[in-house]
Amino acid sequence: MNSLQQIYTILHKDILLELRSKDIITTMLIFSLTVVVIFNFVFEPGSEEMATSAPGILWVAFAFASNLGLSRSFAREQENSNMQGLLLCPVDRSAVFTAKVAGNVLFIFLVELITLPVMVLFFDLHIGPVWLPLLGTLILGTLGFATVGTVFSAISANTRSREVMLPIMLFPVTVPIILAAIKSTSYLLAGRDMSQVWSWLRLLIAFDVIYFVVCFLLYEYVVEE
Amino acid sequence: MIRAQKIGKSFGPLRALSDVNFEISQGELIALLGANGAGKTTLIRILAALTRPSTGTAEVAGYELNREQQQVRKRIGVVSHQTLLYGEMSAQENLYFYGRMFRVPDLQSRIDELLGLMELKKRRHDLVRTFSRGMQQRLSLARAVLHQPNVLLLDEPFTGLDIHAEELLTRFIEKAVADQVTVLMTVHDLDYARDHAQRLLVLHKGRLAIDAAAAQTTRAQIVELIRE
Amino acid sequence: MNSIRSSHLVLIILTFIVIEIALYLSFLYAPTESTMGDVQRIFYFHVPSAWASFLAFFIVCAASIAFLRTGKAHWDRLAASSAEIGVLFITIVLLTGPLWAKPVWNVYWTWDARLTTSLVLWLIYIAYLMVRNYTTDPERGARFAAVFGIIGFIDVPIVYMSIRWWRTLHPAPVIAGGEGSGLAPEMFRTLMFNLFAFSILFITLLVLSYRISTLEKQLQALKHQS
Repeated sequence: MNSLQQIYTILHKDILLELRSKDIITTMLIFSLTVVVIFNFVFEPGSEEMATSAPGILWVAFAFASNLGLSRSFAREQENSNMQGLLLCPVDRSAVFTAKVAGNVLFIFLVELITLPVMVLFFDLHIGPVWLPLLGTLILGTLGFATVGTVFSAISANTRSREVMLPIMLFPVTVPIILAAIKSTSYLLAGRDMSQVWSWLRLLIAFDVIYFVVCFLLYEYVVEE
Repeated sequence: MIRAQKIGKSFGPLRALSDVNFEISQGELIALLGANGAGKTTLIRILAALTRPSTGTAEVAGYELNREQQQVRKRIGVVSHQTLLYGEMSAQENLYFYGRMFRVPDLQSRIDELLGLMELKKRRHDLVRTFSRGMQQRLSLARAVLHQPNVLLLDEPFTGLDIHAEELLTRFIEKAVADQVTVLMTVHDLDYARDHAQRLLVLHKGRLAIDAAAAQTTRAQIVELIRE
Repeated sequence: MNSIRSSHLVLIILTFIVIEIALYLSFLYAPTESTMGDVQRIFYFHVPSAWASFLAFFIVCAASIAFLRTGKAHWDRLAASSAEIGVLFITIVLLTGPLWAKPVWNVYWTWDARLTTSLVLWLIYIAYLMVRNYTTDPERGARFAAVFGIIGFIDVPIVYMSIRWWRTLHPAPVIAGGEGSGLAPEMFRTLMFNLFAFSILFITLLVLSYRISTLEKQLQALKHQS
């Protein structure tokens, strides 16, 4: 498994760079917390709506934060045309893609792990019995988002308007992922039957697979010059 | 070592290159000249398997460019005006990263050897962003030859170098040629090209206008083509 | 008359005829719907526009795949032309939808699956046109657009499905009934003919738009030479 080792090498490099600068995770985290705080003003304190809207707010926060992180993550490969350096290596473009998605999922998931407890605190949520499937939902939603985002961030970084293009492309295309993730989360938080949750999680998995396969195949056309 | 056959690159009405043919044998040092926009960088990118040609093909280091890209990549080293280095990683970490990507055997000793050659041993653990332009370019050179390529493609390697780095680079290129490495480089300095290169390739508006030894061409001939 | 080929002229005349017939069918032949009244006739334009936009986005996707495989610029121009026309038709869908909805349901906008999907599609293909225009290197721009065009089209059924599920599994405001159920035979025939007429209209627009982009390319090439 040669490319597995290369995927690991790229991922390792991205983690090292993030440990040095911490800017991707910090900006994403501050941003997602800001969104949570801002949304709190929409509701009367302690109102019923607060709890029912929490999943939506959570995913809006994650989606916006991911958008920031994804564009930053690609910008990092552009400083000294590093993407070109990666492409000069004897490595499949799909391996580069896989490594990049893995890195993005990791960073975004870490941010979610910190935002979630804050959200629980602020919105008085009860996640005790469902924390494990909730984490699964977070990972699945993030995977779909990061998959599409990894391709689109490479596109937007090469357009004139840069950061502006990414959300314009990313949000409409990922509507299904956001919907499925919000539904699963709200069913979990509402203590619905697991079979109902599962019907949405299945859908989310199916979306993830479709997006991953398509993006995996198309990535080379985006990064090559 | 490099055989370009009818290479063309166009998109819609824009023709970057058309019908470029040439051959370079092992251990030759060839200078690629041309005005800005004549297609030099495009040609280097095509030979480096970074861009696909619209027409034609090339054989690089014994492999067909369009079909055996990974084999070609394993055997070429590329230096461009961009260093392709990560500023937030040390010199050593950068070389480690690229070495692993190329699966260089006995990586540590190869890195030691190259850092010594480029006179960067003392700064090996420093972050690359603290390096001067010349030092970064030296490290970039080390990066390009980590995997001992048979073919070196250098795109304006002298840009922004201090005198010391320039000397190092000149010596380095001479040594590479002595080791039977094929070198194709774009340069601005016509005198350097005439003094060092065995042959000159001059691109003019995407076409190969001159392919001759330096002695067979006059300075004026080339200047005429480059000036436009 | 140099710029219009005779085959184009035939297409334009054909389009004119079928659209005239479509107008006749929609306004005179089809009976007035008993509960909704005349406003229901907008349905004969609303649905065929949605169909034409779908056709357009399918061609964007197919041409994009062909472009990525061959690298031939004419596929890219076909995709670009088709996307522009697709956006035009989906805009018509979004404008006629509320016009129809207001008198019937007393709201301009309902978040029902089809209308919401149309809105999302509109956003996706506006983004498609932007990607193309905001990239400086035309070849990369074409490739970006192709990649986005493929992902966008694959997204169409996924978006529709997810929104549909979202609404049906949730006690949504009940607005069912509307289209499709119990159409009179005249209405059905009118709809079918209009679907055909709008397909012809779409093809004509596509052919002309593609022709324009070809001429633009030739003009650019001439400028380049001089």
